[in-house]
Amino acid sequence: MMQFPSATLIAQSVLSGVFVGSLYGLLGLGLTLSWGILRQINLAYFALTFLAAYLCYQLVTVRGVDPLATLLIIAPGFFAVGVALQWLFARFRVSPFNSLLVTFGLTVIVESAIQAIWTADFRRMESTYGASRLQIGPLYVPAPELITLALSIALSVALYAALRYTDLGKAMRAAAEDGPIASAFGVNRRLIAFALSGACAMLSAVAGVCLALSYTLAPAQIYAWIGVVFAAVMLGGVGRPLGPLLAGIVIGVSEALTMALTAPSWAPLVSFSLLILLLVVRPDKT
Amino acid sequence: MRIARAVSAVLLLVASSLGVSVTWAATSGPPVRIGSTLALTGPLASTGLVHQIVGDIYVEQLNKKNGLLGRPVEWIVKDDQSKPELARTLYEQLITVDKVDLLMGPYATGAILSAMGVAQRYNKVLIHHTFGIPSLAKYDAQFPTWSLGPDPATTFPNTLFDALAAQPKPPKTIAIVTSKFPSVHFMSLGAREVAKKRGLQEVLFLEWEFGNRDFGPIAARLKDANPDLVWVGAIGLEGNQLLDAEKKIDYAPAYHFYMYPAPGPMVQAPEAKNALAATIFEEHPPFINNPGAAEFVQAFHERAAKAGLAYTGVETQAAASYTAWQVLEAAVNATKSLDDKVLAEWLRKNKVDTIQGKLRFDGPSNYGDDLMRVKQVQNGKWVTVWPKEVAAPGAKLMTP
Repeated sequence: MMQFPSATLIAQSVLSGVFVGSLYGLLGLGLTLSWGILRQINLAYFALTFLAAYLCYQLVTVRGVDPLATLLIIAPGFFAVGVALQWLFARFRVSPFNSLLVTFGLTVIVESAIQAIWTADFRRMESTYGASRLQIGPLYVPAPELITLALSIALSVALYAALRYTDLGKAMRAAAEDGPIASAFGVNRRLIAFALSGACAMLSAVAGVCLALSYTLAPAQIYAWIGVVFAAVMLGGVGRPLGPLLAGIVIGVSEALTMALTAPSWAPLVSFSLLILLLVVRPDKT
Repeated sequence: MRIARAVSAVLLLVASSLGVSVTWAATSGPPVRIGSTLALTGPLASTGLVHQIVGDIYVEQLNKKNGLLGRPVEWIVKDDQSKPELARTLYEQLITVDKVDLLMGPYATGAILSAMGVAQRYNKVLIHHTFGIPSLAKYDAQFPTWSLGPDPATTFPNTLFDALAAQPKPPKTIAIVTSKFPSVHFMSLGAREVAKKRGLQEVLFLEWEFGNRDFGPIAARLKDANPDLVWVGAIGLEGNQLLDAEKKIDYAPAYHFYMYPAPGPMVQAPEAKNALAATIFEEHPPFINNPGAAEFVQAFHERAAKAGLAYTGVETQAAASYTAWQVLEAAVNATKSLDDKVLAEWLRKNKVDTIQGKLRFDGPSNYGDDLMRVKQVQNGKWVTVWPKEVAAPGAKLMTP
């Protein structure tokens, strides 16, 4: 006789999917803005995310700093890194396709640097958040995942509002739409590019801290996230701040339900099947 | 720096003229070149690093003694980046370009299988330490030093289920959840068959792709099924990821077994209390009494700490690696030869004393006995609990 899964199992799995989806969204936020507005497919954000995660691990483990407080140190530093990256791209006039190759190279360099400093051994950050969780009826809500969800929603909505309602945001969108015309209207494209690149790198820092809160770190895991985050960015629409979060949650929940109701080994098919479906049905929306 | 070197040279000259023995000076002649690759980068690098440390220790120990055949030993190790296809190219390069005298196996089943094909083409002996699927080892001059036995998918689950059956409250139901990583998947399928034959009722069977990120739904399904025993076909971090997901939903399995967990992260995780796993060596008697074991354990602790490893204990990986070097040394010393054919012939006919115990290579696919034991996390340490004759002094399997 076929046994149906319990409501608790399904609800807990959906929650799990929402949480992992919000991390996909956070990881994809910098990528989508850089791709859509700066026309750079910046793979180095994945490496920067892991670098931030390791820095967070180091500050928490060695200095005893609260994981979220590490952002006060890491995020400004990453803003500077983002600005420096943009200066390099501008200086060498890196095209969108070449940006993919250049940033892949940067990713490999950052991975090697991480391995040289922290070795290839696994690193697990222990923090007060790790053991905390809420219980709502039969469901459990772990604190690190809740923090990731909250940050992901807050940053995505804030960026959406900033791009839509502020002068700076409008200038960014105008520069992305038609650079020369935007310049003719007084938009300082160079300054905007520096600010946006720095902001995207800061988003990587936030994603890195969230990653360190929930996951054990190893340098080579940088590459494990690229495929699914790219799918979330493309599904959500390149350049749209709310896109990666919404698409990430759709992917995460679909994967989780696949695992809860059928064979977990089918889950990886979900994100790419959804992407192919979207490309076939609405090719103009990616 | 130059002054220090000059002073050292003068001191050595004086020492040797006075007849003081200088151990590393005992070797002479051109070096014996041993070639291998290891996963020094990529997803398997955390374990590859363990094998690199062990190789460094062993070669240093060899050179402090008499090297091999009185000649110093040089180990050429290349990074295969955790890619079997790259391992194949690099082994070809080691043989044809670097012209190494002997080969040592790489880390992990895929890379070893690649290296085996190259070794076979050039009739080279391949001693390897971490090959997980014995039936795939078809080359007659390959010698495994991870003592799984020829049919571990049957023999090891029986060892585990024997251990559990001997407990006051043996498990009656089982959930088998497994990664599709080949060497653990094959063991999990074997465990499934053995469990069925022994009358354990299977309440859940799940497979996931290697690299799975979200273990929440798998943990929720385990909690729902609530088996007496959870067999986790996990490799590396997967075991910890599942435990972490279980902790988040307040679920702790009764008996829980992990096939090839990352030993450090698992033993250090509070939720891994009483977790069971397979082992061939742990840092306690009787293993530590085997020749060379205590010295190796001490050397590994020091080197691993220096290399920045979070966990510096010796267990299956480091022990299998050390054993491979012991087997190579034993064969060369016994035959006084570097000839691959001579070495292979000797290895097939003789047993070798190692830190795992005596190894033989005369069974199917050159495998000998299954020396895999059952270990358990107890008070933040791995201790062997089964069979009783190799259990840590005073240790017994802790039950839920």
